[in-house]
Amino acid sequence: MRSFWQNAVRIFGPIGLTYISITVGAWLLFMILIPQLIMIDFSMRPLLPLRKIGGPEDIWTLRNYMVLFTNELHRAIFLKTIWSSIIVTSVALAICYPISFYLAKVTRGARLGWLMIGLIIPYWINELLRLFAWQLILADAGILNKLLMLLGFIAEPLNFRAGNSAVIVGMAYAYILFMVFPLYNAMESLDRNQLDAARDLGSSWLRIHWRIVVPHAKPGIAVGCIMTFMLAAGSIAAPQLLGSPSSFWFTEVIYTNFETANWNQGAAYATVLALLCLVFIFVMLRVFRVSLKELAQ
Amino acid sequence: MSHDVDIDHVSMRYPGSQRFAVTDVHVRIKPGEFFSFLGPSGCGKTTLLRLVAGFIEPTQGEIRIDGKDMRGIGPNKRPTAMIFQNLALFPLMTVAENIAFGLEVRGVSAAKRRKRAEALLELVDLPGMAAKKVSDLSGGQRQRVAIARALAVEPAVLLLDEPLSALDLKLRQHMRSELRKIQRRTGVTFIYITHDQGEALNMSDRVGVMSEKGQLEQVAAPDVLYNEPATIFVADFVGENNAFRVSVREQVGDWAVLETPFGMLKGRNPQGLTSGRRATAFVRPEAISVVENSAAADNFVPCTVENLSFEGAFITVVLKAAGDQSFVMRQNNDGSAPRLKAGAKVQIGFRADNTLLLTNGEQSGA
Amino acid sequence: MMSSDTTLKVLTGGYLFLFFAYLFLPLIFMAIVAFNTSSIPQVSPWEGFTLKWFGELFSDAQMWDGLLNSIIVGAAVVVISVPIGLGGATLLVRLHFKARDFLYALLVSPILTPGIILGISTFLFWDRWVNVTGGLWTAIMGQSTFISAYCMLLIMARAQRFDLTQEEAAFDLGANHRQVFWKITLPFLKPAIISSCALAFMQSFENYNTTLFAIGFKQTLPIYIGTKLRVFISPAMNALAVILIVLTITGALVYELVRRRETAQAHAADERQL
Ligand SMILES: Nc1ncnc2c1ncn2[C@@H]1O[C@H](COP(=O)(O)OP(=O)(O)O)[C@@H](O)[C@H]1O
Ligand SMILES: [Mg+2]
Repeated sequence: MRSFWQNAVRIFGPIGLTYISITVGAWLLFMILIPQLIMIDFSMRPLLPLRKIGGPEDIWTLRNYMVLFTNELHRAIFLKTIWSSIIVTSVALAICYPISFYLAKVTRGARLGWLMIGLIIPYWINELLRLFAWQLILADAGILNKLLMLLGFIAEPLNFRAGNSAVIVGMAYAYILFMVFPLYNAMESLDRNQLDAARDLGSSWLRIHWRIVVPHAKPGIAVGCIMTFMLAAGSIAAPQLLGSPSSFWFTEVIYTNFETANWNQGAAYATVLALLCLVFIFVMLRVFRVSLKELAQ
Repeated sequence: MSHDVDIDHVSMRYPGSQRFAVTDVHVRIKPGEFFSFLGPSGCGKTTLLRLVAGFIEPTQGEIRIDGKDMRGIGPNKRPTAMIFQNLALFPLMTVAENIAFGLEVRGVSAAKRRKRAEALLELVDLPGMAAKKVSDLSGGQRQRVAIARALAVEPAVLLLDEPLSALDLKLRQHMRSELRKIQRRTGVTFIYITHDQGEALNMSDRVGVMSEKGQLEQVAAPDVLYNEPATIFVADFVGENNAFRVSVREQVGDWAVLETPFGMLKGRNPQGLTSGRRATAFVRPEAISVVENSAAADNFVPCTVENLSFEGAFITVVLKAAGDQSFVMRQNNDGSAPRLKAGAKVQIGFRADNTLLLTNGEQSGA
Repeated sequence: MMSSDTTLKVLTGGYLFLFFAYLFLPLIFMAIVAFNTSSIPQVSPWEGFTLKWFGELFSDAQMWDGLLNSIIVGAAVVVISVPIGLGGATLLVRLHFKARDFLYALLVSPILTPGIILGISTFLFWDRWVNVTGGLWTAIMGQSTFISAYCMLLIMARAQRFDLTQEEAAFDLGANHRQVFWKITLPFLKPAIISSCALAFMQSFENYNTTLFAIGFKQTLPIYIGTKLRVFISPAMNALAVILIVLTITGALVYELVRRRETAQAHAADERQL
């Protein structure tokens, strides 16, 4: 331990080490760890009137978590959120894989530059506005209904927002770019010669992708899926703007808890959501057989 | 200004590492000397240099510069300056800013810095380059800027970590004499490390040879090192040598009679090995020639010519003697030596004082 | 019959076209609506060109309030996140210790955590625990939690390419830690630090999830937009979208041009070296 600090002082100098300790220490303690622990603490306490807080009834309990099992509606919403987020993630992966490969390994030069700008611009535009665009498209008197009626496919406007489809479509649109960039980064480092060699050996394109590109891009695919799933499961804007009462999202349940000042229940559900994302990360790591370290690159 | 550097039984083991990178190195480098450490890659040369510079502290032993113990004194407080293997020029600064950096951090005024940078550019033969960007320089020019930058802080000891290894052959040869010239002009103590024996032998006043184990095998002037290697490692590593296993038949003063599969030989016995000892004998390729009969040389070995390779100024001949012992012989291509053919049976001879007997382990005698 | 290569080309082209149409058509559509006189945001029926929705937007005090708060929060997030990111990047790149990977995982975990959770935990910590009412400060804290991680990653990427012997050379020439940092390390990291300032501000400026839970009864621009879109949709929002899209495109183009000029310069420098 002593040599650790000596070494640190030697590398950073006393002022540098103080600076690093303060910035990283404050970040880690007061922004990352303690707030999370406090949220967990809240989640394990019952909702009590003010005067009873700190009293004999203020004990740790898992009651708030049990609600998820006893409340059928909440449970259904929770499961639906998981399921829909998986769909969003899969759709995003399917749409983004070809474009990422195209950008990383097929095109180059100025064309690549312009296509990248084309990706970055919508990426930089506020998530709410991206969803708003779909709100307009999918509205009862929206352009999609008008188009379908004009073409004679339907006689009456469809209510796209009744089910989950509008939310899923909006999310796949809004979070698509969080899939593209990790995929692109991972594929970019693939040696073109490997592709040429495989092609030369008579491999079909499908096989080349399955045997060479996908294994190489695994960490990027994992990161893209993790980010997209996390954004989808944790999205509040999409269900708020595109959803209907029948398509409640788990985050909206949490939000309602806070609106009704049931902090403890809300904290419990938030913790469940965090755990869900954690589980998803580990599942992805197992599925793609990548280590946390590879993810980091 | 120049100082002596006393490396006093210094050992270094990196934290977390099992083995010592530098083992018990003991040598005193004289003021104003051009001293080289020579050794194979990974033998601990850079480590030793970084110990002297103060980037790391020895696990055991002491480093004294000008008699002062350097423990606990950082690289910025030592009277040394280092030239890094990759030069480590500052890419965002101009040539002049690079050279004047050491003065800038000491608070020297801008005007003085400029004058000093110009003088140093003169010294390293780069006049008028002050405003250039580092990225606009050629390899040799960068080399000179690195030297000027190190000299700017007026170090008493200049430490050079294989500074020529990145240059092409021609430039390398040229820079050797340049370095030597600069060292003479400034009188600064140079500690130079390299794995290139040509460099070490060519430039240095003295050379210290290091073995893979991080040990200092021998410290000597270049000619002594070549002619009188003190250990088997040095005999093997410095220059080319034919080595063969022998046992001592008889010790005769500084000489010994040796028993080999191809007959009795006579050689020098500096370690005073006594009769019955097994040892290795060395003879250099250029010390061997083809002889007519046994009377023409002290040592005489019948051989078969295995193969010849023509190298312009000389011809390298590989021969095989009894007991499957190979010999390499170097003939000058001046028509004086007989022309050989592969498969021919010949006799080679060499002088007893060119035959050197060495063992590892304890040195008897004295 | 077409050769398989031509088929591939046509398929690729078609896919690219569809992909970018998918990406841009909704935005273009949304922008056009901003100029339709109809008070329901739609393109058809087209009731005539107008700029009145911009006027409505500009006369909305709530919008100005949100914008001002967004700028304040964004500036504060830059001031907090970039120094933290710099500290974290320096620590992780330079010091090798046993728990390094674990610490790295902890420090990037906010990026992988849903934003609403960061908002909730920050709010609970400050409002319920420290007794600092939810508002701009808690929003700043919540956003900085994960934006610091983005800044750290950005700075780390550059710091990893730093040639450490440059620092050693500076030390060796007599510089102290402070001089090495200001004269050698910081100039090298400068581009990454500038990018992370821009990134931090933009991330903050468009953050909704974390802010919604952390900010209490105040509002930033995204919170204002969210409320408007949920409660009462007016083409004024389309006008706002047009403004933000134009700003984004300008920003992206400027960024790209600067980046291209820099790479061109770097290339030129590389070639001169050879
Ligand atoms: N920072 C370090 N940490 C651990 N081991 C090191 C470090 N630097 C060098 N070594 C080890 O020390 C030995 C000597 O290295 P070095 O001094 O660089 O040799 P040389 O310069 O002669 O090639 C090598 O085995 C190398 O692996
Ligand atoms: Mg070395």
